[in-house]
Amino acid sequence: MNDRLSTLHETILQVFPQVEGVLALKSGPAGIAAPYLFSPQRPEELDRLALWPKEPVPDTLKIIQRAHAEAKLAVVCRGCEERGLVEMFKHNQVQWDNIMLIGLECTQEEAEFCRCWKPYTSHATTTVGDKIEGVPDPLTDKIAAMSIEERREFWKKEFEHCIKCYGCRNICPQCFCNICTLEDKKWVETGHLPMTNPSMYHMIRAMHMTAKCVGCRECEETCPADIPMGVEFRLIARDVIQMFAYETGARLDQKPPQLLVLEEGEYERTGLPH
Amino acid sequence: MIEYKNVLTTCPYCGTGCALHLQVLDGALVGTLPAKGHPISQGSLCIKGWNAHAFVNHKDRLRTPYIRKNGKLVEASWEEALGLVAEKLGAIKAESGADSVGFLSSAKCTNEENYLLQKFARAVIGTNNIDHCARL
Repeated sequence: MNDRLSTLHETILQVFPQVEGVLALKSGPAGIAAPYLFSPQRPEELDRLALWPKEPVPDTLKIIQRAHAEAKLAVVCRGCEERGLVEMFKHNQVQWDNIMLIGLECTQEEAEFCRCWKPYTSHATTTVGDKIEGVPDPLTDKIAAMSIEERREFWKKEFEHCIKCYGCRNICPQCFCNICTLEDKKWVETGHLPMTNPSMYHMIRAMHMTAKCVGCRECEETCPADIPMGVEFRLIARDVIQMFAYETGARLDQKPPQLLVLEEGEYERTGLPH
Repeated sequence: MIEYKNVLTTCPYCGTGCALHLQVLDGALVGTLPAKGHPISQGSLCIKGWNAHAFVNHKDRLRTPYIRKNGKLVEASWEEALGLVAEKLGAIKAESGADSVGFLSSAKCTNEENYLLQKFARAVIGTNNIDHCARL
């Protein structure tokens, strides 16, 4: 048992008396792990506690809270998962007051796998593992440095591989609308692969991820066509920081810009182009 | 007590063998998650796999066999339905020979179920007319 795993095991045991369950990863058949709600009544199950892979934990919490809104639960979350919870809380998708966050700080290797700029938690009161700084994102930097024409070509080529599995939307904890534009035939055609206009699907998603994507990269990981869509969302997130001074998933007390009513004169202050 | 777990299984839709997790909340099936680290699907799914949970409790799903009587589908028991199939297959075989019957199995079935169907075709009916849905 490595250090982080045994520390997390110990931490969960300490938290057990205060909660009805702890959401973490449990190793299953062939060592394939998945989210699981560990119960204080069955501490022996913690023998199968796992740290990796990263999973869309905020979405799992939403599923559980939909049926048990009042339950006191603890959630083992990484930096990105915590940011996801913050953003979902602001959109009324999860309850915040009755959850306890156990932060799991990512290792250098994990952060590099995700090209993550913030592989650590900020709100969790208990943390496991050593905090490391963000790592560079060479792919995003490379695409950001391209000319508009090069970028258009790059994305056009990437989007042509899309098999329209809707995996990026399905796995995204921030995609929670009851009615989804991507299922509206007016916008996204059905019955043809490759789509005659694949940018439509992906640009709609990019727009809808504005000030919502927290960079967990679940979409990229699940994409059977390996489309690096996290890059789009990262570039948009940088624009949102610049234009609205809004960092997605960072603060609980800052409203997302979509929910903001701009007063006269605000445009100038936030630096929006006139 | 709240129970949330994921059950690792194989996608029922085609022969590729992608793995997926069925999300179970308090004993009820609530969703699908791809299985990261699985050697075949590697954390990805197609649109059918992503919706593998949807048909299980769907309201349109047939829950009993139906038999067409006077042009109308009427609910029937398994005993009656299987009895009718056995009777008709037997009659067709007796009248037109075993090779007048063909069997189409499915990529959605397990190996064992497919084995059983070919065994039934060859050993019970007595024909080699056995194929699968991918060549329909």
